[in-house]
Amino acid sequence: MATVTLKDVRKKFGDVEIIKGVSLEVLDREFVVFVGPSGCGKSTLLRLVAGLEEITSGDVLIDGQRVNDVSPAARGLAMVFQSYALYPHMSVSENMGFSLRLARVPREERAKKVMAAARILQLEPLLERKPRQLSGGQRQRVAIGRAIVRNPKVFLFDEPLSNLDAALRVQMRVELTRLHDALQTTMIYVTHDQVEAMTLADKIVVLQAGVIEQVGSPMELFHHPDNLFVAGFIGSPKMNFLRTGARNVGEGVARVTLPGGSELAVPIEQGALREGAPLTLGVRPEHIALAAGGQVRGEVLVVERLGASTLLHVRVEGGDLLTVHTDGECPVHMHDQVALSLPPDRVHLFDERGQALARPVRHPLADARVRGPAGGVA
Amino acid sequence: MNRTLRRKAITTVVAWIVALLIFFPIIWMLLASFKTEIEAVATPPRLIFTPTLENYRDVAFGRANYLHCAWNSIYLSVGSTVLALLIAVPASYAMAFFPTRKTKDLMLWMLSTKFMPAVGVLVPIYLIFRDTGLLDVATGLLLVYTLVNLPIVVWMLYSFFKEVPPEILEAGRMDGAHARDELLLLLLPLALPGIASTALLSIILSWNEAFWSLNLTGPTAAPLTYYIASFSSPEGLFWAKLSAASTLAIAPIVIFGWLSQRQLVRGLTFGAVK
Repeated sequence: MATVTLKDVRKKFGDVEIIKGVSLEVLDREFVVFVGPSGCGKSTLLRLVAGLEEITSGDVLIDGQRVNDVSPAARGLAMVFQSYALYPHMSVSENMGFSLRLARVPREERAKKVMAAARILQLEPLLERKPRQLSGGQRQRVAIGRAIVRNPKVFLFDEPLSNLDAALRVQMRVELTRLHDALQTTMIYVTHDQVEAMTLADKIVVLQAGVIEQVGSPMELFHHPDNLFVAGFIGSPKMNFLRTGARNVGEGVARVTLPGGSELAVPIEQGALREGAPLTLGVRPEHIALAAGGQVRGEVLVVERLGASTLLHVRVEGGDLLTVHTDGECPVHMHDQVALSLPPDRVHLFDERGQALARPVRHPLADARVRGPAGGVA
Repeated sequence: MNRTLRRKAITTVVAWIVALLIFFPIIWMLLASFKTEIEAVATPPRLIFTPTLENYRDVAFGRANYLHCAWNSIYLSVGSTVLALLIAVPASYAMAFFPTRKTKDLMLWMLSTKFMPAVGVLVPIYLIFRDTGLLDVATGLLLVYTLVNLPIVVWMLYSFFKEVPPEILEAGRMDGAHARDELLLLLLPLALPGIASTALLSIILSWNEAFWSLNLTGPTAAPLTYYIASFSSPEGLFWAKLSAASTLAIAPIVIFGWLSQRQLVRGLTFGAVK
């Protein structure tokens, strides 16, 4: 059992408030990812949980116990830093066993525990090396190994993959998912990379300027973003936005004007919108289709071929740019005229404050758990 | 090709001239220490002469007690350095890793004490020493040396500690290290080259210090700087003996500095090239 609860947590540095009242529940054995642009306070929030920063007001609870005044080590957490933060003057095995040495664990038992962690991460041949003799990926594995040895209640990761190259990052991502599955421990992970967030998380916490914008499963955030910020932040390439207006509101449908003048009947919850209000329409590049009878016409400005898929950047009537994600075989060329079809049930509407208008039908994956706990059903 | 060769030749010659200019007094002193008193003051100066150890015998075992003063110098320079490090290591650790709004001002204020000429506080310190019975007491001088060098020691350690990534200490804290473990098991081993060069510099500065030793000590607590000065006046100017005394006084620190020069340079350029 290891839950982490934040209750109206605030953090000020001088007069500047960095964390502005965050409340959050991290469940036992959950993999939670804090994601947001740089400077949003996600690392600070993690450091508050770790005890490396003092909380200005609010409470942090681990397993229901208030730990505001408990030292970092006594909280039973382990942290993996972006810069690895290995002890340069110690060998890999000394690095991994340092916490046990401080806890006065006998040498033999220490060696046994270090070996067990090394086996999980395939570090056995490197145990006698110094950190400077290791590659970036190996150093990161040692940092994770050092955390495993402590057998913590909760693992904290502060952008652990940012210093690795792209290929290694993908590999480590998979390793981390497998590690979580093997260890069945609560993990909190900070990243600015929404792909890492989507692939690793059971639950994503999107932060902006010290405030939680939305908490939910990756699919929930993808299909039902609460606001413009989350809609734009989650998903790659980014969601397309068009400024528009609606008329004929009622009966659970809003008639939205599209570039070029045609209309789209978007299903919304009754009473969510008033007549004539300015709106922002959002549609993901994956959900736009090339179709001869499409509602929106435009000129292809750029074609980006990625092999398996193709990205088209289309200027539609009215001058707006839309990104379209289509298959790799797409025969379209630059400066071709195309017609685009926007499926009404995939379109998102946001009011003038940027808040999403609730849709009557939930996406089937939005409320499903990504991974179940040990022995549970996914 | 020719141009670079010529430039190289010119810089070599210039370097030699500068080096000779700097070392000339020392070479002159070294030569004079092996001459007789008459040869030492002869004009034109003699470069060819029969060397004698007479002066060394006189100054080391004669009137002044060389070994006594040398011991005082070792005691003062090493002792004041150890004491300064004991104070400065925790102080610099606190200022480097837990700075407050006043840390910068404090650092600057400490350094500002070095802007003041020492003679400016001679009278109050002399009176304090007189009234507390510290005149001509080695431990009293040791305290002065410690305080005189403390700002430099703190500043140097502070900049070396700043080079240590704070995450390493934070990782230690997550691993269960208390402040003492952090200092002894993580920070000190990582900053060892810096601490060593700070210690070397402090030892050298204390060894060469003359102002306070001349004003606050007599024969009992006299270090080697006092010993050199004691040859300058009472019996007129005996250049050869004075030179021998000076050579004996600076020899230990020159040898020490020469042996540790690699460490000293490494420490002083620590972090400059990563």
